[in-house]
Amino acid sequence: MNRRQLIPLAVAAPLAVLPLFLNAYWIDVLNSIGIYAMLGLSLNLIVGHAGLFNLGHAAFYAVGAYTAAILNTTFGIPVLLLLPVCGLAAGLFALAVARPIIHLRGDYLCIVTIGVGEIVRIALVNNLFGITGGSNGIFGIARPSIFDLTLRTPLHFYYLIWIFVALTVFVFHLLEYSRFGRALNYLREDDVAAEGSGVNTAHYKLMAFVVGAGWAGMVGNIYAAKMTIISPESFTFWESVLMFAIVILGGSGSMPGVLLGAFLIVGLPELFREFANARMLVFGAAMIAMMVFRTQGLIPSRPRIYRIPAGEKGEGRA
Amino acid sequence: MEQFFQQLTNGLAVGSIYALIALGYTMVYGVLKLINFAHSDMFTLGAYLGLTLLTSLALTDHIGPLWGTVVLALMVMGLVAMVGALLDRVAYRPLRESPRLSAVVSALGASIFLQNTVMLIYGARYRVYPHDILPRVALDVFGLQIPLVRILILCASLTMMAMLYIFIQRTRIGTAIRAAAIDQGAARLMGIDVNRVILMVFLVGPALGGAAGLMVGLYYGQINFTMGWGYGLKAFTAAILGGIGNIPGAMLGGVLLGVVESLGAAYLSFAWKDAIAFCVLILILIVRPTGLLGERVAEKV
Repeated sequence: MNRRQLIPLAVAAPLAVLPLFLNAYWIDVLNSIGIYAMLGLSLNLIVGHAGLFNLGHAAFYAVGAYTAAILNTTFGIPVLLLLPVCGLAAGLFALAVARPIIHLRGDYLCIVTIGVGEIVRIALVNNLFGITGGSNGIFGIARPSIFDLTLRTPLHFYYLIWIFVALTVFVFHLLEYSRFGRALNYLREDDVAAEGSGVNTAHYKLMAFVVGAGWAGMVGNIYAAKMTIISPESFTFWESVLMFAIVILGGSGSMPGVLLGAFLIVGLPELFREFANARMLVFGAAMIAMMVFRTQGLIPSRPRIYRIPAGEKGEGRA
Repeated sequence: MEQFFQQLTNGLAVGSIYALIALGYTMVYGVLKLINFAHSDMFTLGAYLGLTLLTSLALTDHIGPLWGTVVLALMVMGLVAMVGALLDRVAYRPLRESPRLSAVVSALGASIFLQNTVMLIYGARYRVYPHDILPRVALDVFGLQIPLVRILILCASLTMMAMLYIFIQRTRIGTAIRAAAIDQGAARLMGIDVNRVILMVFLVGPALGGAAGLMVGLYYGQINFTMGWGYGLKAFTAAILGGIGNIPGAMLGGVLLGVVESLGAAYLSFAWKDAIAFCVLILILIVRPTGLLGERVAEKV
């Protein structure tokens, strides 16, 4: 084990014991940070790795959360069992909306994703098919339970959320270093060259969208389980903006960066509470300052390093 | 038929307001390839500055409603233009050489900052414009009763758009702006001071946005510090619809969006008004991926 491999452990250990010293309020703040960290990581696959400009991620998050809420309240299926269903629903939704628009260039894609986000929110407010509960949303989602333990306190959810964060980091780390991840980076750097080297760019872009969206759908499930009430207000354009800011501010394409970004974007407004009404003003100024002083993000992604297998010295071996 | 023409003229008025805001987005995008999310707050700022100047100076009492409003609009435009230039200096200029998305986040930060500045100064509640500035009469146009404010807004924004078009097409600095939008490096080699061009864009764009804010205040009579989000998003949609970076495109996109939205709200469903605008956008982009008047470029290799 080298030093770099110890870093995750050094981050995870304090996080595991931290809530024992905090009150319910701060545990809840950490829960939000965890949720946004997962959303940020899933968006990072789309924005950071594939280089697709997605400012409507909240739509997929919403699809997951509403899938969980509707199936739970009407059929009584335990929320956490619905995790894969929510992921699938959000993924399929992403597939359906992204299929015709995935070829759009950067900023055109951006406005379309904003549009999709808004359409989903308006559909939820207008009580689409009579199942989304309109602007009041859906309440009475049953508390999730694991074996005999019913999760109710912030502390229970803390462990649920952060174990899921760890899982997210693990899965996306594997993806990043897979053939899939390499293909995404290639098409982000040079679309045409990737296509020329036999990477099916449209397919990979679409898959990045679907996987990222599906994961956000699962996070939506956890959010629904935690809140027991969901409403369209939780899935506004503002949420998409936050997720986007987490990715870029932390360091696009860099997982430690995105995690740090989640801590700052969700945590800073809490720390600025002493500024009372001016807290969002200070937050906005801090966002500008961070971008001006760290233009690549706080922890920029490092280029991939490939070791040349050691062999005889010299070049030009046949 | 009466309702149709009322909605149509209303759509034209609202659409021309969208077009004015969209011009700010599209000009900045043309030169910097940056989506200036803080532009929506220039609009809000225009509305609030207009209210302050209106109530404190009482210009309309001294020099008549029409000229009073014109002078007021010029003052608002001047002030908002200065804020725009300042915004560029603080939030965007340090990020010229950095990845494009970093500047977008800086823009989002600036937007949050400005929005909250307005909230702290003016309060979070709706503010009401004095309703006796422009005479509340309706004009008889071919048998239609159309409010005077609506006609004035339409005329004013069309005038401003025409002036901008002449400015961009006929003057030296306008030519420089177009050149910098096509190729910044080449423009610099031809002796164009690109920083001056950018400054110009950040003066003209916010000035038009500020004027649009004032118009909304006069048209609807009430303003709120969060109103920029909605109008900004629509205007940005309009800019994309016409083909971003393209100035006539922004005008066309804005007016089209206003009309579609207004008719959609009247005949399809009011609750789905905002969704209709985005659906139209998505459909058009599926058919024409670079907008209505967008350039049909092959991707650079």
